[in-house]
Amino acid sequence: MSAPIVKLVAQRIALGVLLLLAVSVLIFAGTQILPGDVAQAILGQSATPESLANLREQLGLNDPAYIRYFHWLGGVLTGDLGTAMSSGQDIATSIKERLWNTLFLAFWAAIVAIPLAIILGLIAVRYRNGWVDKLISGLALASTSFPEFFIGYLLVYFFAVKWQIFPAISTVYEGMSFGERLQAIVLPATALTLVVLAHMMRMTRAAILNVMQSAYVETAELKGLSAFSVIRKHAFPNAIAPIINVVMLNLAYLVVGVVVVEVIFVYPGMGQYLVDHVTKRDVPVVQAVGLIFAAVYISLNIIADIAAIVANPRLRHPK
Amino acid sequence: MTNELDYLSRRVVAGKLSRRDFLGRAAALGVTAPFANSLLSSAARAAGPVKGGTLKAGLVGGESTNSLDPALMMTQVPFAFGKCWGEMIVELSPEGKLENRIAEEIGSSDDAKVWTLKIRDGIEFHNGKTVTAEDVAATLERHSDEKSKSGALGYMKGIETIKASGKEVVLTLKEPNADLPYLLSDYHLIVQPNGGKDKPDAGISAGPYKVKVNEPGVRHVGERFANYWQGDKMGHADQIEVVVINDATARTAALQGGQVNMINRVEPKIVDLIKRVPGVTIRNHSGPGHYVFIMHCNTAPFDNNDLRMALKLAINREEMLNKVLRGYGSLGNDFPINASYPLFTEIEQRKYDPDKAKFHYKKSGHDGSILLRTSDVAFPGAVDAAQLYQQSAAKAGIKLEIKREPGDGYWNEVWNKQPFCASYWGGRSTQDQMYSTAYLSSADWNDTRFKRPDFDKMVLAARAELDEAKRKQMYHDMAVMVRDEGGLILPMFNQFIDATGPKVAGWVEDPHQELCNGYALAKCWLEA
Repeated sequence: MSAPIVKLVAQRIALGVLLLLAVSVLIFAGTQILPGDVAQAILGQSATPESLANLREQLGLNDPAYIRYFHWLGGVLTGDLGTAMSSGQDIATSIKERLWNTLFLAFWAAIVAIPLAIILGLIAVRYRNGWVDKLISGLALASTSFPEFFIGYLLVYFFAVKWQIFPAISTVYEGMSFGERLQAIVLPATALTLVVLAHMMRMTRAAILNVMQSAYVETAELKGLSAFSVIRKHAFPNAIAPIINVVMLNLAYLVVGVVVVEVIFVYPGMGQYLVDHVTKRDVPVVQAVGLIFAAVYISLNIIADIAAIVANPRLRHPK
Repeated sequence: MTNELDYLSRRVVAGKLSRRDFLGRAAALGVTAPFANSLLSSAARAAGPVKGGTLKAGLVGGESTNSLDPALMMTQVPFAFGKCWGEMIVELSPEGKLENRIAEEIGSSDDAKVWTLKIRDGIEFHNGKTVTAEDVAATLERHSDEKSKSGALGYMKGIETIKASGKEVVLTLKEPNADLPYLLSDYHLIVQPNGGKDKPDAGISAGPYKVKVNEPGVRHVGERFANYWQGDKMGHADQIEVVVINDATARTAALQGGQVNMINRVEPKIVDLIKRVPGVTIRNHSGPGHYVFIMHCNTAPFDNNDLRMALKLAINREEMLNKVLRGYGSLGNDFPINASYPLFTEIEQRKYDPDKAKFHYKKSGHDGSILLRTSDVAFPGAVDAAQLYQQSAAKAGIKLEIKREPGDGYWNEVWNKQPFCASYWGGRSTQDQMYSTAYLSSADWNDTRFKRPDFDKMVLAARAELDEAKRKQMYHDMAVMVRDEGGLILPMFNQFIDATGPKVAGWVEDPHQELCNGYALAKCWLEA
């Protein structure tokens, strides 16, 4: 790789780190303005004044906010995310498994969804405006337009309750074999695939169609290349940057936006973990999860940027 | 007919007839499915428990913030799992009698002020240690400590001293309390080695199952404890598992798909649909839990008894019971006690009476709309119930304004703070406990702001009274007072509705809590 690329990449990463730092401040500030108080939230309906006061003191809720911020940041930088206020468990340990579960699910959804979306996009372009194109676009749009929970419930109804092919709940745990895990996540992965498919497919189609208007594509067509060769050799490589962008966006969604699917399929991932702790005002956990989500978003965006730069030589030489 | 069914049910248990055929046969004889199912379970009980297998429950009420510390148990999952690994000092039997567990004998002084618990010999903790009087005393000490976060602290504060000597624990109370043994059946009071003072969330007690996996908010697994002291009565499955399924649809699907053997909290509106699923049995039974609308007696306009009475008369209980609970409950009568309490007495049922409500409303002198706050979390169907209430009150000329509050923060911002809102109570095991928790002037959870020195005196007097007839009369008078002058509108008592899949046997009807008072996993077994 040439020097300008390395410099550009380094720049992006540095920017990303700065951005993450800024996000950390925002997250911390955001958690401070949540209504209510963590002690009250933990004890819920059974809170008595004595138990409230005891818990507040024990949780150190009396220090000023900026001290708690730097304390927290220092911990994060040394890999210590603190302990959950509500259960007293080490956050890093709890998150490790949850994050792994979320990534596992996202990975398999992506493995299916991304190639499928791109291939369908290519096919749609090849037969653009014909019935194949319309069918693909129609089905993809339909699956995206249904809310996730509806798709999830449909899958559960047919595959778990009616035909009993796959389990209705996708609880995964340590000690499960790889095959069992895969079987457990078939339905949620399918639901996620259906949810993200259309977006990627439509963007692929639009990006390639955009390139298809160019003069060099016309030249290629005039040379007598077959329609698929034109798309594969000339149009697709030039449309790759926007496609990668939308793929990364959807990958990020697969990690941070799957709360509903996790709830329906009882999948022990990050989303459910975050929701539980938000309702308990468990600030350290909310902060840690927020930071991880932000990091996922920022790194995927950096990857998309870098991939676009690598794919398109013109971006390497800004004018 | 019964003979034939008895015979057939024994054949099912022996595996010579399919359950389905049996139900078909029973239907042909004109027997309803629930009755046929109960015949089957009693036949199965008679045949004796079957050991082995893994019994799984899919339950609502678990969060990743749960802990194994019994003091912090609040929701359904820690409660039900706690009954599997924990052992209690005493327990309430399904019939409402006291059942001695770690305590072999409980005696009191004549004034009900000094209580002596004799500790049973030869009960073993999961870590191999024998349960001693010191452990029991330490457990009670931990839960009665002022600094404790225990859910049982409220009533444990009434204990002045706790002393262990030899095989006995002696408790001295600040005030006499004839109900003390009932209080000791509180589910928080799981006996732990040294009272759990060293490591409260270690999950070690003397229950039928040892904690094997504890993943809060995901699943909990218990493995049969070989040295459990009552192995013939509980702990039939080799392994039990609780999977946390908070979504009602997912829970039902898991039962139908066979991933779990039992679920809790079936929504009344889908009970009739689930009943049609082959192999699934609905286990519904009444308990002390109730759905309420609460008014603060000390806040205008609710500080006027005529207005309170008008609001009590303006609610159509029957309609609410039928539409919100689909009949899975019973009518409330504006006091928090029903037949599931030992010393309950019937009081004339209050009925929907728009004319009388109108009369009291006029007399109160109040005019304009009244703000009622509600939320999905107040109780299932609370928003619908509030709307029904609005309509029935409108017929009496009372304008209710309904405000739907977000579920998040409802218990902090609305309940016990706002003057008129929807809520629920799970009930308690004795009248004294219920009234002390929510109707004594000094109670932290006096969510109707019912502050009456004369009522407080009655509670304390009844607590010290050992003559049952006299006590019953006292509780009757207290109930009348709450009903006619309090700030409680209690349209209905809800039932617990659980459901089990095929092969689950040994279910025990228990009015105290859902899932056989939490013991479903420990007491049920899987038919071969």
